[in-house]
Amino acid sequence: MEKQRYERPMIKKLESNMPNKFGMRTEYRPMTHIDNVAVKDLIDEYGSPLFVISEKTIRNNIRSARKAFETRYPKVQFAWSYKTNYLDAVCRTFHQEGSWAEVVSGFEYDKALHNGVDGSKIIFNGPDKTEEDLNKAIKNNSLIHIDHLDELYAISEIAPGLNKKAQVAIRVNMDTGIYPMWDRFGFNYENGQAWDALNKIMRTDAMELVGLHTHIGTFMLSPNAYAVAAGKLADLAIGIKDKYGHEIKYIDMGGGFASKNKLKGTYLPGTDINPSVNDFAEAITGALINSNFKPDNLPLLILETGRALIDDAANLLGTVISNKRLSDGRRSTILDVGVNILFTSFWYDHKITPAQPFTQYAEDTVLYGPLCMNIDVIRENISLPLLNKGDHVVIQHVGAYNMTQWMQFITLRPRIVMIDPENNVHVIRERETLDRLLEFEKVPDHLKTFDL
Amino acid sequence: MKIKNNIAVSDSGFVFNPATGESFSANPIGMEIMELLKKGTPTQEISNTILEKYETDAPTIDKDLHDFIQILKQYTLIEEHGKA
Repeated sequence: MEKQRYERPMIKKLESNMPNKFGMRTEYRPMTHIDNVAVKDLIDEYGSPLFVISEKTIRNNIRSARKAFETRYPKVQFAWSYKTNYLDAVCRTFHQEGSWAEVVSGFEYDKALHNGVDGSKIIFNGPDKTEEDLNKAIKNNSLIHIDHLDELYAISEIAPGLNKKAQVAIRVNMDTGIYPMWDRFGFNYENGQAWDALNKIMRTDAMELVGLHTHIGTFMLSPNAYAVAAGKLADLAIGIKDKYGHEIKYIDMGGGFASKNKLKGTYLPGTDINPSVNDFAEAITGALINSNFKPDNLPLLILETGRALIDDAANLLGTVISNKRLSDGRRSTILDVGVNILFTSFWYDHKITPAQPFTQYAEDTVLYGPLCMNIDVIRENISLPLLNKGDHVVIQHVGAYNMTQWMQFITLRPRIVMIDPENNVHVIRERETLDRLLEFEKVPDHLKTFDL
Repeated sequence: MKIKNNIAVSDSGFVFNPATGESFSANPIGMEIMELLKKGTPTQEISNTILEKYETDAPTIDKDLHDFIQILKQYTLIEEHGKA
């Protein structure tokens, strides 16, 4: 007689009318395949944990985002936010789709150059640009978005020596009616700092003011805040035209669009409540078109969208190490995926789906990572089907920030693969090895030997 | 060790404790184990029965059965020998 599939025995107390923090069961079907490639085969071949990026999803995302803006506004340019995910394969997919590069450090700037992006199509943001960075950016005609006055003065000193006019914009921060207001980056609109910086730029020959930039926040759930911001930047641009007869070439609205992840503390899934790229596009383009720009002379609209274009393009595959029972009777499950490689589990209740068939029975579970650290919690409470040791899970929407903010801590960082549109699997980042890490270390002679 | 006599287990996995008014839901293997416990079957015998019927190994069933019985105790559905 053929043996039946084993499921561990489970009994659960029924508590009607008692809401609990574990919420409802959300998983109804296993996620056995990603882009037609079996999860089991991926783990067998490339190991667990494993990041899996779908090139097809990236391309679909950027294409539909472009469509959302280009059907509403005549001149649109996306710039890929390197910090969100700067794996070369990911960046080059976006560059193939026409995105420029948006970088926030000398390291990212060099990575964009290495990827073959022309200097004039690199937007250089951020508060930390060294003299060497600025030199390079001015020589390459990159778009330098000035963050503070010290940077502005540094550019006015460097540019004349290079016989170049630096192509600059200022980053403007402002009250858009949301909390918290990001006023640590750039120059404030309301208190006149922005105008002060603009006057300084317009009165020097070292720089050419080519644009205005803002970035109002992150994981924004209010499209209207972008409409307010776009209106304020339009006012500044028109003010510059009136005062100096100078027309800026672009308005850069930055990034910050929410992805479909579920923020901790929210009740409904992000797929149901977070605004879509269309909602943001409608708010931004509506505000620009309704501003005092002449209809035949609208500036280029630049978007630095990161998270909303990459989050759902990546999954993290993991394996169950053990099931345990906590002292108060709660079920806990240990995965081989820790917060060291899933940084976003501090912000999101990630959707986690088993990769093999399961029954309708579910158990309230605490999901831990493998680190011997108390903070290593992937989900504090989740209603999950009954998983056995060795079962696989798919952690969804992990494309943004995890593969840049991850750290080598306790365990080595795993491989990353990308599935191309023809469903071929490519390793795009190798797993770390002890030898590779030891290359960075040096042991002083007197510490080389010891007796125990 | 045995499931208390007054505990009702339905075919669909619904478990009712008339003494406390509490109700529970069990999956098929859970029900099967409860039925065996009700008959007073020793745990080793339960392990063997499950092992013969399902695709699993002895350490897994040993660990899961122990955990399941702990939970039944926590829910006060089990009476130990010699105790009320």
